[in-house]
Amino acid sequence: MELIKPDLGLLIWMLLSFSIVLFVLIKFAWKPILKALKDREKSISHSLMAAKRAKEEMAKIEFGNEKITALAKIERDNLLKEAKEIKNKIIEEAKEDAKIEASKIIEKAVQSVEQEKNLAINEIKNQIASLSIDIAENILKQKLGDQSNQKELIDDLVKNIDLN
Amino acid sequence: MYKILLNISIALFLILSIQENNFASENPTEKDPEHSETHKEKEKFNPGTFIFDHIKDAYSWHLFTYKGHHVSIPLPIIVYSKTSGLSMFWSSKLGHGHTYKDFKIALEGDNKDKIVEVDYHGEFVDRPFDISITKNVLAIMLSGALMMLIFISIAKSYTRRENLPPKGLQSLLEPLILFVRDDIAKNSIGEKHYEKYTPFLLTIFFFILLNNLLGLVPLFPGGANVTGNITVTMALALFTFIITTITGNKNYWKDIFNTPGVPWWLKLPIPLIPFIELVGVIIKPFVLMIRLFANISAGHIIVLGFFSLIFIFGNMDPILGYVVSPVSIAFTIFMSILELLVAFIQAYVFTILSAIYFGMASEEGH
Repeated sequence: MELIKPDLGLLIWMLLSFSIVLFVLIKFAWKPILKALKDREKSISHSLMAAKRAKEEMAKIEFGNEKITALAKIERDNLLKEAKEIKNKIIEEAKEDAKIEASKIIEKAVQSVEQEKNLAINEIKNQIASLSIDIAENILKQKLGDQSNQKELIDDLVKNIDLN
Repeated sequence: MYKILLNISIALFLILSIQENNFASENPTEKDPEHSETHKEKEKFNPGTFIFDHIKDAYSWHLFTYKGHHVSIPLPIIVYSKTSGLSMFWSSKLGHGHTYKDFKIALEGDNKDKIVEVDYHGEFVDRPFDISITKNVLAIMLSGALMMLIFISIAKSYTRRENLPPKGLQSLLEPLILFVRDDIAKNSIGEKHYEKYTPFLLTIFFFILLNNLLGLVPLFPGGANVTGNITVTMALALFTFIITTITGNKNYWKDIFNTPGVPWWLKLPIPLIPFIELVGVIIKPFVLMIRLFANISAGHIIVLGFFSLIFIFGNMDPILGYVVSPVSIAFTIFMSILELLVAFIQAYVFTILSAIYFGMASEEGH
């Protein structure tokens, strides 16, 4: 029976000791411990959040980079295409110009050749004329050397002259 | 802190060595059923008294028996009697039925094993107001001091090593602290109010756990049956009861006196439900008190019972005693391991039930 009979003295000591232990522990142990645990948990979750955010940002940046690269590629392709077109155009124009120039040159050449030809023909004509005169002169000289011939000729000429 | 403890233990040892001589000069009387194997043959072994002497509180702390002499730590006796006022003396003065200053330890009657005041003829006069530092009081003080030492030191490492993982003793106790905070307090009380109660829950959890474990250690400073003492469990339950009552909010009291969802005729002419609820308020801490006390005491009784088997059989025939002892020791070890489990479970149960009561007290409206 004594086992289940509370003892007043022990109860007083127990209440006193436990109150002191409770008070001291709450003030000097549990408060700092619980605060430290909470702070630590907070800092851990903060760090995890920060890491997550950094990761997301990194992904975003990477995505942006990809986009930029893609844009740059398109730009490059465009530039190359344009450059090709310009090149082709230039070549085409040059070809065209060359053609025109060539035909001009040819035309000029043809003209000058014609001119030269005409000049040469004229020269030849003149030469032939003078030569013909010379020949005629010489022939006349020969034919009109003696008087009989001169007379004959004059007669002939006079005969031919029709006095009509 | 360690130095202080060392000094205390040295002082205790000195007192002990002085008092031991007092004991050594006296022969143990027939009323000492303590387990001394040397003169067991002559003495009738009584397992009942053997067991209850181990479970009960005592005025001195019995350490061991050497060659028939009991070696105990004498403890201060503080009594206040109506006739002679306040008296303080060492418990060794009252050893073996001696009377000192009209005080003696009663051998029988209602106040058996308690200090009583006697007259000139040795007749019972009165039971004085007794606030002696008994074995259990000393054990409570020592375990309290140990708790303060441990937790203040780890609190220091928490503040010193801010935001760093725990180390040493800190990492041993942190899982338990987190267990009490998250699984007991937060789960039972709720996110909103648990922080207010967590320090108390931590204190009772570690107080019960430490004393349960110390109770399993047969050597000083263990061996005192603190949590298996109804007075101690009563004090603990009283704390839970007081905190529940003080922090109880409007809803808590409304649930008791005007329980919602109950027909009015159960409340109005005769307040049946409020009465039952009010009884429940008292019963809750009462059950806490009984459960812890009964579990721990029962465990100790069983362990000691197995142990007594050795002496019971040894009394019949010494050879039989030797034969039984390995079996008995095996059972004792098994029970001790089970007790280790019970030590945790009971600390947990007391704490979680307290937390549930706090949860009821601080619950918001439905």
